[in-house]
Amino acid sequence: MTGTGTHDVLAAQAHGFLSPTGVEIVFLLVGVVTLGAAIVTVTTRQLVHAALWLVVALGGIAVEYLLLTAEFIAWVQVLIYVGSVVVLLLFGLMLTKAPIGRSPDADSANRPAALAVAVAAAAALVWVVADAFRTTWIDLRGAPQGTTKVSGEILFRHWVLPFEALSVLLLAALVGAIVLSRRTERENTERKNGAR
Amino acid sequence: MSDTLDVVLRLLAVFVVFLVLPLVIGQTEHKVMAHMQGRLGPMYAGGFHGWAQLVADGVKFAQKEDIVPAGADRRIFQMAPAVALLPYLLVLVAIPIGPGNAVGQFLDAGIFFVLAVMGIGVLGSLMAGWASANKFSLLGGLRTAAQLMAYELPMLLAAASVAMAAGTVSLPGIVDAFHWWWVPWQIVGALVFFTAGLAELQRPPFDMPVADSEIIFGAYTEYTGLRFALFLLSEYAGIVVLCGLTTVLFLGGWHGPFGADGLGWLWTLLKTAVLAFVVIWLRVTYPRLREDQLQKLAWTALIPLALAQIALTGVVKVVIQ
Repeated sequence: MTGTGTHDVLAAQAHGFLSPTGVEIVFLLVGVVTLGAAIVTVTTRQLVHAALWLVVALGGIAVEYLLLTAEFIAWVQVLIYVGSVVVLLLFGLMLTKAPIGRSPDADSANRPAALAVAVAAAAALVWVVADAFRTTWIDLRGAPQGTTKVSGEILFRHWVLPFEALSVLLLAALVGAIVLSRRTERENTERKNGAR
Repeated sequence: MSDTLDVVLRLLAVFVVFLVLPLVIGQTEHKVMAHMQGRLGPMYAGGFHGWAQLVADGVKFAQKEDIVPAGADRRIFQMAPAVALLPYLLVLVAIPIGPGNAVGQFLDAGIFFVLAVMGIGVLGSLMAGWASANKFSLLGGLRTAAQLMAYELPMLLAAASVAMAAGTVSLPGIVDAFHWWWVPWQIVGALVFFTAGLAELQRPPFDMPVADSEIIFGAYTEYTGLRFALFLLSEYAGIVVLCGLTTVLFLGGWHGPFGADGLGWLWTLLKTAVLAFVVIWLRVTYPRLREDQLQKLAWTALIPLALAQIALTGVVKVVIQ
């Protein structure tokens, strides 16, 4: 975590305040809560509780965005992930026979492999992000640097091409989902005949 | 110190509004429904036309035994009413009522905040539906989830249209940019937003998730006493929030034919009240939609209409620039 250390030093030099600041402490605490909720999400044996702990983890990430003054990203995070993805998850769980209480068979032999992948992915992300942004810091006392206006300008001036490419990708996925879920005329008649 | 005092006073004002307005709407619903059905409604509690009926109801609810079914998931079951109610309190903080700084807390991305937090409220119904260990509750929860997923999108698209027209996503900014001709320009978006909002609140004619003649009371079947009252309260708070939001986004908030400077907040309240009356009126006059009709309305009518509204907004916006 050299990135954080450098960040502290630079912030302290720039502003002459004792480091770490209050916001940084809150940021760390919320981070710990988010990490804890995420771990409970993947370890609990109660399926619906896992989905609800996921709400806590996703909400914690939204709070982290807020602390970094990225208000727009934070609310979109809540809207998309808590409001839609988790509702979809719960909808799916309700359609299954998710019992109240523990699911004894909710275990998998893949646990060690999953742990290895998760640790490797986390390490790679932390390393890349810390290395890329070790000299960058956000001035929390000045004007907010993550407002909707700023995000929009950066997105649609500097990152238009990736943005459009992503939207085409999503559109393709949407069309693909419709094609896969649609029954053809022949299948329909076969189904009717089978029912008879 | 005065800053802290200012914040405390604002939050206190929002809290008072949160406590009072839903009860006023509840009482209005009693009376309006009664008169539309050719009867009087509550007349005894409190003396004058039964004004204290809801207070009496509250006392009654508080006295009832708080029952948790034996098979239920205790903690989730008990947490659900709070999860259903608190988001509406949070949303009220961001709704501006008058010009200048008459808002609980100014938010840069206000529209996204209110829509995101309103979506969380539905989690309360889902938690209640699943944790009750009751088949009717589960069916209610399923219908709630399906309904939310169908109606969240048109609501968001309609709100996006206004944000495009105003060039900002902050709620006070949108009302500041409002002109009277926005009403005909955004009327389709307004209807879509209001309809989708009704569906999100599970108000008739979109009350499939609590359809009493089919699945008893949906996700709230097993609830008694104060927790049940909290769910009812969250429905009324939801009406306040939806009508307030429609006023702010589509009807110009504090703008009015006259007196917009000093009495702007009265215009906001008046428009909100008229919309709340429409909500009650719809409950009395429209039959409940069937589940498939409800989904069909969202996916084949509301979403295309909202997309058409966005296209119209974009075209007009480019032309007038």
